[in-house]
Amino acid sequence: MAQMSLNVISSPHVHGGDSIPKVMKTVIYALMPATALSVVMFGWPALLVILLTTLSCMVTEWVFMKIRNRASTLDDYSAALTGLLLALTLPPHTPWWVCVVGGVFAIAVGKQIYGGLGNNMFNPALIARVFLLISFPVELTTWPIPVDIFGPASYGLYDSFAIIFSGDYGSLSMDAITGATPLGQYRMETGLGKTVQDALYGLYNFDHAQVAGGLVGGSIGETSAALLGLGGIWMIRKKLITWHIPVSMILGCIVPAGLFWLANSTVYPDPIFHLVTGGLVLGAFFMATDMVTSPVTFKGQLIFGFLCGLLTWIIRTWGGYPEGVSFAVVIMNTAVPLIDQYTRPTIYGAVKKTEQ
Amino acid sequence: MGIASKIRRLFHGGVHPPEYKDLSENCGIEAMPMPERLFVPLHQHIGAPCDPCVSVGDKVLKGQVIGKPAGFVSSPVHAPTSGTIVDIKEHTVGHPSGLTMLCAIIDTDGADTWLDTLKGIDDPMNAEPSSLRDQIRNAGIVGLGGATFPTFIKLSPPKGKVAELLLINGVECEPYLTCDARLMEEQTERVIDGIHLTLHALQTKKCIIGIENNKPRAIEAMQKAVADEPNITVQALPVMYPQGGEKQLIEAVTKKQVPSGGLPVDVGVIVHNVATIAAISDAIRDGKPLINRLVTVSGLGINRPANVDALFGTPVQSLIDHCGGLKQETKRVVMGGPMMGVTLHYMEAPVTKGTSGLLAMTAKEAHEEQERPCIRCGSCLQACPVSLMPTEMAWFSRTEQFDMAKDYNLYDCIECGSCAYVCPSNIPLVHYFRFAKLSIGAAEREARQAEISKKRTKIKDARVVKEQEARAAKKAAMKAKMAAKRKASASATKKPAATDSTAAGDDKAAKAARAAKAAQAAKAARAKKAAASGDAGGDDDKAAKAARAAKAAKAARAAKAAKAARAAKAAKAATEQSE
Ligand code: SF4
Ligand code: SF4
Repeated sequence: MAQMSLNVISSPHVHGGDSIPKVMKTVIYALMPATALSVVMFGWPALLVILLTTLSCMVTEWVFMKIRNRASTLDDYSAALTGLLLALTLPPHTPWWVCVVGGVFAIAVGKQIYGGLGNNMFNPALIARVFLLISFPVELTTWPIPVDIFGPASYGLYDSFAIIFSGDYGSLSMDAITGATPLGQYRMETGLGKTVQDALYGLYNFDHAQVAGGLVGGSIGETSAALLGLGGIWMIRKKLITWHIPVSMILGCIVPAGLFWLANSTVYPDPIFHLVTGGLVLGAFFMATDMVTSPVTFKGQLIFGFLCGLLTWIIRTWGGYPEGVSFAVVIMNTAVPLIDQYTRPTIYGAVKKTEQ
Repeated sequence: MGIASKIRRLFHGGVHPPEYKDLSENCGIEAMPMPERLFVPLHQHIGAPCDPCVSVGDKVLKGQVIGKPAGFVSSPVHAPTSGTIVDIKEHTVGHPSGLTMLCAIIDTDGADTWLDTLKGIDDPMNAEPSSLRDQIRNAGIVGLGGATFPTFIKLSPPKGKVAELLLINGVECEPYLTCDARLMEEQTERVIDGIHLTLHALQTKKCIIGIENNKPRAIEAMQKAVADEPNITVQALPVMYPQGGEKQLIEAVTKKQVPSGGLPVDVGVIVHNVATIAAISDAIRDGKPLINRLVTVSGLGINRPANVDALFGTPVQSLIDHCGGLKQETKRVVMGGPMMGVTLHYMEAPVTKGTSGLLAMTAKEAHEEQERPCIRCGSCLQACPVSLMPTEMAWFSRTEQFDMAKDYNLYDCIECGSCAYVCPSNIPLVHYFRFAKLSIGAAEREARQAEISKKRTKIKDARVVKEQEARAAKKAAMKAKMAAKRKASASATKKPAATDSTAAGDDKAAKAARAAKAAQAAKAARAKKAAASGDAGGDDDKAAKAARAAKAAKAARAAKAAKAARAAKAAKAATEQSE
């Protein structure tokens, strides 16, 4: 019986040079512009949230590797990326303990109990967010109004620590500094019988361009669809991801949205609203494209992406939560093995064979 | 040409590793001094190994057959120079498994004397195509692109298949290698002559020579040579590995795909490597057998890269010495190209018909990275020229779910290494595929063995049953004899019970057989007794009884035969199922 040699020196003897650390780092770089803008927009508290989730992810990863007596996998940057992605789905003022619970959950339950990187079924960051949202709904839906880090009303470093670590806002009243996200506003107000126009324009001063630029409330990473999109396109150009999932996911959401909007624009918001609000762009470029938890075949990616988008729109329109990206992607994650199995590519010479 | 060079990819997938052709592309073909000792493997091709037809101590002449082909898919091996056979024994060769192989070891005499009976074919263009094929077969020519499949077989398309196009493979898509390019540049005539002869042998008119764009001088030389031959064209191809793979080249040039599990001739194409074609010219014009080939010696670890004309059996060490030796930084020596070549552990391994290159690779070129888990990035799917799912195949291979691996078309994999080249997790995918194929091969051999021993056991079981039956019959016969004796003494005319029961239960073969035997025995006993007593009065009665008994015995035999046939059928069905 053939034995696997431990020291494998098999062809090919040359390698393209891609590596997991490189892949993960590239994704992190692609997220940087949007992350930086978020920190500018929301101030130091947002940065603290990012650091907290990232660190707790990395520590958890390290501990697990120690327990399992393996070499540390921190150097593959996947834990760091999970932490960053998780932070981007959280509100800018998330209390420290929620951040830590989220980070530990993402790595421990989202990844390591499956056997570590490559074996997990769900996107670790998203499954952690879903867990937090269900467990701590209040903390996860408190949306501070953006306060420019350089502006006069910004939170100082000391205040920021107070906000994150003790929930202490000093003299500020919560009502004054928090507001609804556009999606939340739309669901709440239309739920009360208002038209979309009244809900958004009348009460919130909604402006597409402003939202796309990141100047509205929301989770840390949901703020700037434009910068996230640019980062995503850069990843496509770097051949890290292909266009299939982002494009199909966005279409999966805005095509039905557009059709319903055309049918009745007083009840259904326009497709651009869906595109620039919430986490659609973040989800399409950075969450659904998570390699481990998305299909490997192009056909499968198109199906997966489209269904992610469609589910997102359905949840946004009729579901129990105003935002549906995390749920949609997590639900679709479970279908990935099936999708891969049914979208096997046609191999070289296979067509002719059946003809014969 | 214009269009072809504009399209980047003419087949699915593929990769474009650093070419490193510049190391040796300007080095003219050179001969090397005669090594003192050659280690000529007797198995340098795909197919059955040769039987040695010389003995230790024999003097051999250059071109003399030293290994006779054993079987149809096989190819003779000739002495690369004159000298003495000093040994015929297992010797290290460049093989992925690190195995040794039976080699004829020749001490060269330096005279390089040709065998004088070698003859070419006069006026080959008017000769019978089959005589050309025979000549090529006897010259031991195999595919020199690396596959080493006996060439004459590819020149004899199966009945009903027509070769409409001869496709010449001048692609040389492996990085580093430049010997085919140099051959086309320097020995254009030889190649063109080989093309004409091969077209004649195949009775085909049309020929396309495929060359990648990174060999402009070879393209130019070939184009010039065929300028006034409209049936032969040169097609420049964009650089993309593994375009030199037979099926990939066919797709790139003709847009047709060879059916999975089929042959190129199924789409009317025959592919030959340029070096093979040149060897065909030598064999047909001069009767020269295949005893040498061009080898690119290159890599950042070699002091003087070169394109060397080397005799088969030349130890790698001699080749390295001829090229100025290895640099200190050399980390790995590879026989073949960097994508599909074999790591060499011993520098005594010889050059063979499949050796297209010898690469001394430094850490800068040879990759050695930690393997990490598959992140299902899908890069391997995009790179695979066969559109396989390497990640799934590797998973099933590693977890030894070989049936699933096969289901994911493991056997369509050409082991080109494109998938492993792009894998960010540095998974040695090809290694896993080879492991799976080896294991499946071993398991199949085991299954065949088991089948044989199962058959043996079955035969043995049958024998045991027969013996038991025989014993039982004997016993019954004894009993019957006793009974018959008693009955006969009581009443000679009373019908024995055994005969009736036989007629009733004739589907119970064993029982019937026993009964029949008993009946026969009884009859015999009676006859004996009758004879002994000299009683002739009961003759009629006895004759009728004997007839009945014989009938019953016949029925029993028939039933037994039917049962045996059923059992055999069931056994056959079972084996078929298990196969
Ligand atoms: S390229 Fe490597 S990591 Fe990516 S899917 Fe294929 S085997 Fe897995
Ligand atoms: S080695 Fe096999 S699986 Fe990998 S790219 Fe080549 S043909 Fe495809």
